[in-house]
Amino acid sequence: MSSEAATQPSGSRSLHRFANPGRFLRLADAVLPWVAAATILTLGAGIIWALFFTPPDYQQGQTVKIMYVHVPSAWMAMFAYTTVAAASAAALIWRHPVADIAAHAASPIGAGFTFLALATGSLWGKPMWGTWWVWDARLTSVLVLFFLYIGHMAIANAFEDAGRGRRAAAILALVGVINVPIIKFSVDWWHTLHQPASVSQIGAPAIHSSMLWPLLITALGFKLFFVTVLLLRMKSDILAVRIKTLRMMSLGER
Amino acid sequence: MTSRKKRRITLLGLGLMALAGATALVLTAFNDHITFFYGPSEVYANQVPEDRYFRMGGLVAEGSFKEVGDATVTFEVTDGANAVPVRYRGLLPDLFREGQGVVTQGRMNGEGVFIAEEVLARHDENYMPSEVSEALKRGGQWKGEGIENGAVDSSY
Repeated sequence: MSSEAATQPSGSRSLHRFANPGRFLRLADAVLPWVAAATILTLGAGIIWALFFTPPDYQQGQTVKIMYVHVPSAWMAMFAYTTVAAASAAALIWRHPVADIAAHAASPIGAGFTFLALATGSLWGKPMWGTWWVWDARLTSVLVLFFLYIGHMAIANAFEDAGRGRRAAAILALVGVINVPIIKFSVDWWHTLHQPASVSQIGAPAIHSSMLWPLLITALGFKLFFVTVLLLRMKSDILAVRIKTLRMMSLGER
Repeated sequence: MTSRKKRRITLLGLGLMALAGATALVLTAFNDHITFFYGPSEVYANQVPEDRYFRMGGLVAEGSFKEVGDATVTFEVTDGANAVPVRYRGLLPDLFREGQGVVTQGRMNGEGVFIAEEVLARHDENYMPSEVSEALKRGGQWKGEGIENGAVDSSY
């Protein structure tokens, strides 16, 4: 953490230090145990609090508990996509290998969050709205997000030349980033069946504090989970490339 | 920063701006198709597709719900300014009640009544424990469910 703070003022040049895979591996190894421990603590505390110690809602009864998984998943679905897009931009502009690895490591995690948001939303929609699914602007744009993730994962492996595939995937990721504000503001721009945001309103949130706090703790747990899994996946990707290179070298020596 | 990197940044920036502009134009053009439902005021202003199925959403007006027999109910959907009478035969979702949000699908008959074939409940963004809502009602501080929503909530 301290090294990160020290490099902040010197701007983008110091960020390039992390573009070195070896340095990234050392940093990831140092940070991972702490992030993993924090994930288990916050996620565990958040889920237990949310599921067992929160009051039933005055309208929804116990069904409100789906919200504690649905909302953090949906937030992370958008956050992970923004991460993929930002890493893709860095990979395209500076040709950073670590940025490229980050984009492809984040994509399946984001797809998982999106699926979880869609599935829990559907389970909530049936008893509350009276339908599993409707084609309103919010639900449709989140489904598009899910397909963008799938496309991003598929296109990277669709080319014989891995470099070209990854560049094509990066461009797709950047084109798709336009969907993130559409998801966020869909409930404000159009009439939707989905309710508007309860938490991000300026001023008092439309959700009681006894429900807001466990939601925020769970959301923090989801975010830490994302960071942990992202670091693990990036590590294994870098190591896989190294093993491949070593194999090639040993074959060449023979 | 080398000129090649600068060129890539400019290219990406311009590309994203063009994309955002194009998307904004498309979404504006398709505004009427993206909207999930129309409000009662739009129905009165004749902004809804004529003689076709469409969805109408709003709040179930207080005191308007009636069972008229044969599993048929009538109620009014209001946005605070206008109200449209609705007739529906079928099962209602759990959240359906007076003062709550609702989205109905159907068409207008000749007499200004909306004949619904599907009724969905629309949940608003308020989350509250039951004890709190009861305490608010007891204390006369209640602001939810119909009293304020109908007039102030612009999302309908």
